[in-house]
Amino acid sequence: MIIATYVKHVPDAEARLTADAGRIELDDDAYALDGMDEYGVEAAVRLKEAGLADEVVALAIGPARSEAALRTALALGADRAVLLETDDDLDPLAQAGPLSEATLACGAELLWVGGKQADWDSAALGPAVAEALGWPLCDWTTELRLEGREVAAVHDVDDGSEAWRAPLPVVVTTQQGLNEPRYPTLPNIMKAKRKPLERQPLTVAARVVTLAAALPSRARRGVRLEGDAATVASELARRLRDEAKVL
Amino acid sequence: MILIAIDHAHGSPRRGAYELVSAARELGGEVAAVVLGGPEAAPVADALAAYVPSVVHVDDASLDHASHERRTTALASVAADLGVDVVLLGAGRSGQAVGPRLALRLGGALLEDVAAVRRDGPAVVAERLAYLSRASLTVRAEVAPVVVSVKPGAYPVAAPADAPGSVASRSVAFGAADDVARLGERRSAARGRVALEEADVVVCGGRGLGDAASFERLVVGLADELGAGVASTRAVVDAGWRPYDEQVGQTGKSVAPKLYFALGVSGAVQHLSGMNRSGTVVAVNKDGDAPIFKVADYGIVGDLHEVLPALRSALAGLD
Ligand SMILES: Cc1cc2nc3c(=O)[nH]c(=O)nc-3n(C[C@H](O)[C@H](O)[C@H](O)COP(=O)(O)OP(=O)(O)OC[C@H]3O[C@@H](n4cnc5c(N)ncnc54)[C@H](O)[C@@H]3O)c2cc1C
Repeated sequence: MIIATYVKHVPDAEARLTADAGRIELDDDAYALDGMDEYGVEAAVRLKEAGLADEVVALAIGPARSEAALRTALALGADRAVLLETDDDLDPLAQAGPLSEATLACGAELLWVGGKQADWDSAALGPAVAEALGWPLCDWTTELRLEGREVAAVHDVDDGSEAWRAPLPVVVTTQQGLNEPRYPTLPNIMKAKRKPLERQPLTVAARVVTLAAALPSRARRGVRLEGDAATVASELARRLRDEAKVL
Repeated sequence: MILIAIDHAHGSPRRGAYELVSAARELGGEVAAVVLGGPEAAPVADALAAYVPSVVHVDDASLDHASHERRTTALASVAADLGVDVVLLGAGRSGQAVGPRLALRLGGALLEDVAAVRRDGPAVVAERLAYLSRASLTVRAEVAPVVVSVKPGAYPVAAPADAPGSVASRSVAFGAADDVARLGERRSAARGRVALEEADVVVCGGRGLGDAASFERLVVGLADELGAGVASTRAVVDAGWRPYDEQVGQTGKSVAPKLYFALGVSGAVQHLSGMNRSGTVVAVNKDGDAPIFKVADYGIVGDLHEVLPALRSALAGLD
């Protein structure tokens, strides 16, 4: 069985953002493999290590710098990588078609996608690619077992969690708690440089365009209350009632 | 026509349903609502008829606890039959899974987790947060129909309409692909407390509480006193003190209450992304340099074990 795992090169959580002419700008070195995608790479590699999968293929859609995210996935244990290269800022629905084709082209029957992307704050790619493939979706997955050709999972729903089962092929999105991703070791980083990475140019029409971007900041009162516990507590209670009018 | 998909529980619409009514009215045009579920959902459809002219109840008990695929098919049939140009749904977990599938099935576009949506001539334009809620983007759908998932709390709860609407029941045909996934037991930590996304006041505790017992006593105690929702950080959830569905942040829930207490919470970017739309923010932390103070309206530098008991008596003493 072949497993595909989608990876995205996204701004680091601590990266400083600037909005310039309606676009979010960042230095190239402020990007890293999305933490939510790391869970998927780790899960795929563990299934292979357990002898339940033959090959793990990392797939990315994005500009040339996305190669760095793919190399990280290779260093974490993926066998080969495919980059669908585009400089366009593609919305998840526009990506779903090409990603589904790439998934089928590598013969995968299980596709991992990060539960939420740290750039678009989007949880849409997993469901969208599941639709494009016509496969069932297990989203926000915290546990997954392969029982023969059957996937048995537990995933988060609005008010708790739910058991989920389906035969392969399926799309699975990650949630924290799924696993603790390993760190790439130096020898594995070196080895990853020699693993195959294929680039294919991608042209596809966006379904959503960004017209403007801004870095909003909500004005906060920023009041520090000083004094002993009883004093600050009654001062806070009074201000919440009389000043903020929220009690 | 605009179609709004109604979330409901225990025979009543969720608060988000009435927020979608406001969003639809603001967009303008004809509005219909769709309710999925067996006989238990009939009162939900009746309740909505007081707000919108036409309600479609897909009366099928298999939709009471259904896969994303099944729900997508039900919504897609109704949307296609009504010839809608906009579908609004709530951006909870289920809406975020169904929205993309529905948009693709209808051949349209998805505007995801939006804080506001409007028409710009024939186009649909929305405001949404990105980059862990640090940036705000104005986005436009390039194809129709447009499926819009709306952030909980982004719109006010609507008032009833002047004239009541009508309810029509119907069925839909499902395909083999809708039944591949089989759902098992659902576990929810029913705590008889207000749902986090619907709470006007949220009390959030972080690792600074020290242990599960202190969390229960200080954070849950304060929440009970205020009739508030209880939230926690990922550090607390990872430590096993509290269940996942209370987590606020990038991978948890996104909330925007009138009043948010951040107690022993450092204020990591991933946490802020789930609460920075809150009205008034109160932070209590023993470290005066904690980043949470940058987003706080009222900050107290001190030990939770001293400040919180004092705060409870102070709140109880307000007349
Ligand atoms: C991919 C990814 C997704 C994530 N998603 C989320 C998410 O959804 N939600 C989330 O919350 N986090 C998330 N995180 C984790 C986040 O980065 C932080 O690690 C987490 O929010 C920290 O939780 P905390 O503030 O409770 O703990 P800490 O950072 O340990 O802070 C504890 C605070 O308590 C204070 N304190 C200690 N003792 C006391 C006392 N006695 N009195 C008063 N103050 C005290 C300390 O000064 C400190 O500021 C995510 C991380 C990643 C990588």
